[in-house]
Amino acid sequence: MEYLVASSVGLMTAAGVYLLLRGRTFTVLLGLTLLTYAINLFLVSTGRLATNQADILSETQKNYTDPLPQALVLTSIVISFAMTAIFLAMALRGYFESGNDEVNASDAEDAIARKRK
Amino acid sequence: MNHWIILPILLPAIVAPLLALAVRHDIVLARVFSVGSTTLLLLLGLYHLNMADDGVTRTYALGGWPAPFGIVLVVDRLASLMLLLTAALGLCVQLYAINGWDKRGQHFHPLFQFQLMGINGAFLTGDLFNLFVFFEVLLIASYGLMVHGGGPDRMRAGLQYVTINLLGSTIFLLALGLIYSVTGTLNMADFATKVPGVASTDRAMLSVGGVLLLLVFSLKAALFPLQFWLPGTYSQAPPPVAALFAIMTKVGAYSIIRVFSLAFGESAGPFAWLATPWLMPSAAITLAVGMIGVLAARSLSQQASFSVLGSVGLMFIAIAAFTPQSISAALFYLIHSTIGIAALFLIVDMIIARRVGAGDALTVSRRFSNQGLIASLFFIVAVAVAGVPPLSGFIGKLLILDSLRSIRGGYWLWGLILCTSLMAVVGFAASGSKVFWKSLSVAEPLRSPRQLPFALPVVAIGIMITSLVLLTALAGPVNSYLDSTVEQIFNPQQYINAVIVPAPENTQ
Repeated sequence: MEYLVASSVGLMTAAGVYLLLRGRTFTVLLGLTLLTYAINLFLVSTGRLATNQADILSETQKNYTDPLPQALVLTSIVISFAMTAIFLAMALRGYFESGNDEVNASDAEDAIARKRK
Repeated sequence: MNHWIILPILLPAIVAPLLALAVRHDIVLARVFSVGSTTLLLLLGLYHLNMADDGVTRTYALGGWPAPFGIVLVVDRLASLMLLLTAALGLCVQLYAINGWDKRGQHFHPLFQFQLMGINGAFLTGDLFNLFVFFEVLLIASYGLMVHGGGPDRMRAGLQYVTINLLGSTIFLLALGLIYSVTGTLNMADFATKVPGVASTDRAMLSVGGVLLLLVFSLKAALFPLQFWLPGTYSQAPPPVAALFAIMTKVGAYSIIRVFSLAFGESAGPFAWLATPWLMPSAAITLAVGMIGVLAARSLSQQASFSVLGSVGLMFIAIAAFTPQSISAALFYLIHSTIGIAALFLIVDMIIARRVGAGDALTVSRRFSNQGLIASLFFIVAVAVAGVPPLSGFIGKLLILDSLRSIRGGYWLWGLILCTSLMAVVGFAASGSKVFWKSLSVAEPLRSPRQLPFALPVVAIGIMITSLVLLTALAGPVNSYLDSTVEQIFNPQQYINAVIVPAPENTQ
């Protein structure tokens, strides 16, 4: 299971960074989303991976899974959800105001200049 | 428990939704509520400063849960000083913004209050994850403020600002995850006690976590090589918002001082001074980049944005030296540069509003209304920001230079600081003479298209200049307060004892 979790965190981070470096807002958004997924999975694993364990310590149950990272992940999911919504709203407004969805200003200016010709 | 401690967070948190929901259609009422709230925050800041002056570190356990299990807020001299500075800056900027900026888009005042809430929370919290949450609060509000008023250029700059900060938040979470997985805690004081005893197999993970944390705070503070977002953002943001953002880079500086003095300071064993080898070179380069930018800028708002970078660089040179004397000098310069640069942005906005056609471009253009008064305001603030006598910038720079005497390679830094000061002086002199002086020779003056509000903006800028003058005149008392602040910073054990051993009334 360690291998599965570690490789999926790594793969999602790699894909996220690649998409983040693209020039258009939608792919950047996808990249950010993938990155937050990777981080959320990583946060779950910081409490050590355990299956079929209760998240409370009791006298009969000596093995337990740490509940705190799960609470952290929940907070981080909520925040990243809100951030995605804000990013999407701003990207849409930027698209309507400037007529293209380029992230980089100089490229976008070039595009506007091309359109005018 | 002293409930006053949580009020700087609660008050804006209550006022902001009230503004957004109940009084959003009545701008006058919104202004009254918003200015009232910020004034109360200023009084609260004074109260906290007075309270913290006895040198006791006070804590507030949220929900009565004692640390390290619950989240605690911590007030000491440093935190209360930052609270007061935030509220004072907020009030000045707000007085300026109600000249009409707040009507150019929706929800200026609620976002402003949320911004203050996030900043206050970041200064007060004693928990790393809570620090992340307050960073997000202040960032979400700043996204809204950044694109206030709209326009394609501003939207695109805002989008880049959001992207870089979302990436920063991701790295912040990564750092927190690493720190939690090694030490099992996110409470700053508890974390500090666990750092020296970390098993040698886990040391690499904790170092990575610590350096990632440094990376995130440097991103907020706009240190090289993470400074690229700042000039574009600040010069595209509405100038009053850019003035408020003057405190945002200081949130990064505060977090670095707080976390790295506490957890990675003298007593951290193998992790002692984890940040120092990275901070000094990047601070020096930031200073150089900022001042070269001041010299090369093509518009006044660009010049002001680059002077933010320069001030961050200078401040971080003193922070990176990490001696009691240098941190005290850095804090003095922090207070000065926050107020000075905010005033500069506000003056730039007054110029943009009046100089129709040329805007804030550094070109010779026709004279505009109130040019004489605005020119003298610009002159005073430029003197302060460039760090020339007689204003507080000079004293701050002098204190920093003096504190670098004992540092190895300090004389190289002396050379750098003095050269960049000269560049700042030349840059501001050139822009001032182009915009104000040479424009006098152009025959026809501009007539402003509409009646521009004048009294309130000048009052706001006047208050800021007065406080700079006061900071200069009262440099002695301020400095002795800062020295005792630094004494507290360099005694992390006092902070740890205050947080971890719960006072009797906290346990109930």
